[in-house]
Amino acid sequence: MSILVNKHTRVVVQGITGKEGSFHATQCKAYGTLVVAGVTPGKAGQEVEGIPVFNTVRDAVKKSQCDTSLIFVPPPFCADAILEAADAGVKLIICITEGIPVNDMVKVKRALYGRDVRLIGPNCPGVITVDEAKIGIMPGFIHKKGIVGVVSRSGTLTYEAVHQLSTLGLGETTCVGIGGDPVNGTGFVDVLALFEKDPETQGIVMIGEIGGDAEEKAAAFIKKNVKKPVVSFIAGITAPPGRRMGHAGAIVSGGKGTAAEKMKTLEAAGVRVVKNPAEIGHAIKLALGR
Amino acid sequence: MDVHEFQAKQLFGQFGITVPRGKEITSPEAGAAWVAELNTPVFVVKAQIHAGGRGKAGGVKITKDKAAVPGLVKELIGKTLVTHQTGPKGREVRRLLIEEGAAIAKELYVSIVVDRDSGWPVFIASTEGGMEIEEVAAHTPEKIIREAIDPAVGFQGYNGRNIAFALGLPAMEPAVVNPFIQMLGNLYRMFMEKNAAMVEINPLVITSDKKLIALDGKVSFDDSALFRHADVQQMRDLHEEDPLEVEAGQNNLNYVKLDGNIGCMVNGAGLAMATMDVIKLAGSEPANFLDVGGGATKETVAAGFRILLKDPNVKGIFINIFGGIVRCERIANGVIEAAKEVKINVPLVVRLQGTNAEEGRKLLAESGLKVEVADDLWEAAQKIVKLTGKAA
Repeated sequence: MSILVNKHTRVVVQGITGKEGSFHATQCKAYGTLVVAGVTPGKAGQEVEGIPVFNTVRDAVKKSQCDTSLIFVPPPFCADAILEAADAGVKLIICITEGIPVNDMVKVKRALYGRDVRLIGPNCPGVITVDEAKIGIMPGFIHKKGIVGVVSRSGTLTYEAVHQLSTLGLGETTCVGIGGDPVNGTGFVDVLALFEKDPETQGIVMIGEIGGDAEEKAAAFIKKNVKKPVVSFIAGITAPPGRRMGHAGAIVSGGKGTAAEKMKTLEAAGVRVVKNPAEIGHAIKLALGR
Repeated sequence: MDVHEFQAKQLFGQFGITVPRGKEITSPEAGAAWVAELNTPVFVVKAQIHAGGRGKAGGVKITKDKAAVPGLVKELIGKTLVTHQTGPKGREVRRLLIEEGAAIAKELYVSIVVDRDSGWPVFIASTEGGMEIEEVAAHTPEKIIREAIDPAVGFQGYNGRNIAFALGLPAMEPAVVNPFIQMLGNLYRMFMEKNAAMVEINPLVITSDKKLIALDGKVSFDDSALFRHADVQQMRDLHEEDPLEVEAGQNNLNYVKLDGNIGCMVNGAGLAMATMDVIKLAGSEPANFLDVGGGATKETVAAGFRILLKDPNVKGIFINIFGGIVRCERIANGVIEAAKEVKINVPLVVRLQGTNAEEGRKLLAESGLKVEVADDLWEAAQKIVKLTGKAA
């Protein structure tokens, strides 16, 4: 078992003929992911590393039975691409693109509301179920099949945590990057619920950062619903208020969204919060009694 | 991206929101000419800087004496204002807004932001205009009114009525209720059409002759949407930004200057924040946030070095790279090449992990560069703190 994606997941890559799209489609395929189609308008009939390219997601779904989309479309056209995937019947949309206008995401989120489709991201590294499917830009080789589920707002900081888990011999089940934008698809709570239900996942690492109240929402959910041990690190305790720290969503505004407040709320919910990111692996190992 | 008050008011005007007659002024001569034209019983001279708290810092002058205005212009232009938002160094005033005064009967507060949780734009309104909304929220949260707008259909009349009645506006001044609701609709249209991140009118005043005027305003824009708005891009005032941050932006680097003395260069925003945090844990303070991005090259590393070394507070540099798609031996070569171009006269610790990390560390160790190489994050942070001595 695992969450969200597995070896049967059939992936279409939107923006497959671009530099990023073609590189990562190739990497995902090499990892063993079923990358069955690509989409670039006007380039139907071409192939990228043996992956057939279609003009529209609708065509791709019809011809390749893909159920999941991985999006590398540039920011100005990305809202359009997400909505196209949803309308074509894709059930899971993983959007890597960084820099989509917030108001575009406001409209996308509203349009997807109540529909049978899940959006991960945007501005995220994607989702990997170890040894089954890598649908994103993370380096596959640092992952090791194991027992910890990872959910994070960050990219390279997630790799840091994964590296620790793999080195300590714990390994991971599925790692989900929910992205660093202020308005995104799936939040911490949804992923935590999936990990709690997944029999293979024994412990959870949750990596948050300053800005918004996703961590506070997660804390309330964990307190009520999560029995498995959760270890958390919140980046940005040293970030000054009112300044955006790289990610569009990483900003303390009006005194809200500080790392200190998030840590306090998570601790009160029974989460083991580490102040040192180098200790994430050890903390979950300890929590799991290993 | 933030803009000045006078620019925010220009936009309000474009969207049918009434603002005082006023003009941006950069010299006493221009000030005198505008005052002659303005012809009003009360003149207001306001320093234009990207920071709040201008009034308390002496940046806003009000006079009935037309002849006194050029003197006020002279006094304010070139003055350094220190407010709670500028930091101790303050901000030099380069431009002023001179406008007509208003006869204020009542002050209100209105703003729009996107609620991150629902993803819906939300109006925030209060009868406590003229105060900082954070203060109102902290002390009298019951005086804050929130009204979320369904982005599928946009602002509706009932949204406006909900806000107006919750504020008690009909009892306060029935004549302004309909103009108020119309104004809220205009503000929403501006927020969406211009891809604003925040619009705020504080105070929105009801005048003694029952008019609604946006007396002060603040607008900031979504950086990711600036490509759609050439007019907004032109409002950028580089004088209001840190010069090192401007230079970093020109090199496609994400840099935020801080006050500590360990410069950091990291790939990825989350890891960059975590690196700052770990420096603090190890007993020092970070000099900056710097994300060189997923595709770090020799050029980006060299640009990063140049920017870090221009900050006189930097007493040591910590490079923390987790190689994913970026291979560590490439980063190592980038550091070695960049070090040839940029003279690095402070201790340097490089921590490489991930793809080809060992190869990268070996290259650095054999390069002849004065560099400490590490593979563990905590070990590396302790090293750089030790090499630079404790933070002041």
